[in-house]
Amino acid sequence: MSSNTLYDKVWDLHWISKSSGGPSQLFVGLHLIHEVTSPQAFAAIEEKKLKVKFPHLTVATVDHIVPTTNQQRPFPDPLAEEMLSTLERNCSIHKIKLHGIGSDHQGVVHVMAPELGLTQPGMTVACGDSHTSTHGAFGAIAFGIGTSQVRDVLASQSLAMKKLKVRRIWIEGALRQGVYAKDLILHIIRTLGVKGGVGFAYEFAGPAIEKLSMEERMTICNMAIEGGARCGYINPDENTYKYLKGRKYAPQGKAWDLAIRWWKSLCSDYNAIFDDEIKLNASAIEPTVTWGITPGQGISIKENIPNPELLPKNDQQIAKDACSYMDLAPGSPIEGTKVDVCFIGSCTNGRLSDLQEAAKIVEGHKVATGIKAFVVPGSQHVARQAELKGLHKIFLKAGFEWREPGCSMCLAMNPDKLDGRQISASSSNRNFKGRQGSAKGRTLLMSPAMVAAAAINGKVTDVRKLFKNSKFS
Amino acid sequence: MNQDFPAGEIKTISGRSFAIKGDDIDTDRIIPARFLKCVSFSALGEQVFADDRTELKGLHPFDLKENKGAKILVVNDNFGCGSSREHAPQALMRWGIRLIIGESFAEIFFGNCLALGIPCLTSSKLEIKRLQNLVKKNPKLIWVFNLQELSIINNREVFKLQIEKGDKEMLLSGKWDATKQLLQEEERIKETMQRLPYLNNFK
Ligand code: SF4
Repeated sequence: MSSNTLYDKVWDLHWISKSSGGPSQLFVGLHLIHEVTSPQAFAAIEEKKLKVKFPHLTVATVDHIVPTTNQQRPFPDPLAEEMLSTLERNCSIHKIKLHGIGSDHQGVVHVMAPELGLTQPGMTVACGDSHTSTHGAFGAIAFGIGTSQVRDVLASQSLAMKKLKVRRIWIEGALRQGVYAKDLILHIIRTLGVKGGVGFAYEFAGPAIEKLSMEERMTICNMAIEGGARCGYINPDENTYKYLKGRKYAPQGKAWDLAIRWWKSLCSDYNAIFDDEIKLNASAIEPTVTWGITPGQGISIKENIPNPELLPKNDQQIAKDACSYMDLAPGSPIEGTKVDVCFIGSCTNGRLSDLQEAAKIVEGHKVATGIKAFVVPGSQHVARQAELKGLHKIFLKAGFEWREPGCSMCLAMNPDKLDGRQISASSSNRNFKGRQGSAKGRTLLMSPAMVAAAAINGKVTDVRKLFKNSKFS
Repeated sequence: MNQDFPAGEIKTISGRSFAIKGDDIDTDRIIPARFLKCVSFSALGEQVFADDRTELKGLHPFDLKENKGAKILVVNDNFGCGSSREHAPQALMRWGIRLIIGESFAEIFFGNCLALGIPCLTSSKLEIKRLQNLVKKNPKLIWVFNLQELSIINNREVFKLQIEKGDKEMLLSGKWDATKQLLQEEERIKETMQRLPYLNNFK
């Protein structure tokens, strides 16, 4: 059993009561909600004649269903409009702060909360969304919950939960140029498998992790769930404090100094005990692309699409499925695979640094003919910052569309969808069958810079080849 | 559609059974994202596995006549992986599923099912295969699941199943219906809040 890890410390602080063998009752310090998984929870509260217990500990935004071409109300899709107005109604009745349409911070929930300074070290964060693991980048214990639990958190600010085991994933070395946090997490998931993390919280640590910016750390923790781990976290350090300082909801004045002292005490101790430990080396990682229908089906840009027969027995069936769904020939290189749509955005890679890295690749180039390419900033705040730096002009000039913030084609609950058998190069986090809005649509996951490179060449490209002609190299 | 949803203590479930084969069946397949555009769960039962069903043109297990009214689903490995959407178990429940047996379940999916009073039990790869073949061959068989004894039987065969002790207790005692339980700890919730630095200006 783990002890003295950040996970253990935060767990102990938030634990309310424990039943024998069953789940414990855990206090939730920050509850985030959005339009998709909350309406039924509010309905249940009202049905049971309950109240939202601590409305100031819940914060809302809208992301999944909002159109990204034009956010004018009412939305053309009456169902989307209904979901949005239901959230607005619920927030106003229950006095919950909503960063809705028109607000400076509307955006993907996992982009919105960190940039406002809502997410802080040592908190428990829950949200009806599996990518809540993102907030672990700050040293919070953050996990996705279902709608019944959203109801429970609204009613009691707590939920029933079992303690997880803790696996430390220690990453030596450093990422090389052209290799990004996205490649690192795709590599981790590929190595440990999509179920490798079931029952675990992942602590990402080691020299390679310490070098990452907060935005890169969010990319890593965001996809912990794709490796089966309900939460992933990184011990807070100077990068964390620097990122938080001065943000709207971060502690101010005297509380700031006290906060830092407390945050420092939360880190996993040098003699902490983990249930499991794994070491990897970042220096060996290449740009990584998925070829299949699970985020674990990733290969380096230099590899060929595997032959299912040659894979370990347990991976064969899903690989066969993937081959027939993706219609990519086993044995052929992933590099050069033609794409139709290029999407930069999502809670994995829709932050300012992601757009900056992509813009560096795009600058001076044009999107290949026949390719639809678009950039969806993760939030209004990201959009404004990017526009201040002129990034939108670089993208527009190259032939990308520059959109309004939202989840967009990450899951296509809005007008952004693949069509028929289109294949997308996508900076999002899931390549499941049908994920991007067409039952036959296909998704290749990769870093935003790699998506940019794919857009320029019309096919999967090793982004490092474009550096040679770039003034940024 | 069976609208008689689970309530209170869950001890036995009996009914017909069928299989959905394949590892890593994710929540996007169980309920494609476009159906999440709803403010109530009520229509989800008809939309379960929508895309897979369209593709199989009436031959999907959820469309086969002999499976109508069945309550027990037998699945393979890592069932329900992907998103945390409760829409997936809701869709299965509203279609009529009351018990799922498989090699393994994704964690959030398992928890969501538990919160709805739908037990998810596991067994070995071999046993699941045997069970799947059996229900395929004879969809009319009536199975009786007994949670206390961790078994599912028909008039000839017995299959042993597993679930963690704590989860079993929650189902047997009716405590899976969490809200009431949680609200009982009102005082301790307040105490916890008082000791959390970030809710008290870090004092
Ligand atoms: S961007 Fe994608 S993964 Fe992130 S919250 Fe939106 S739909 Fe979910």
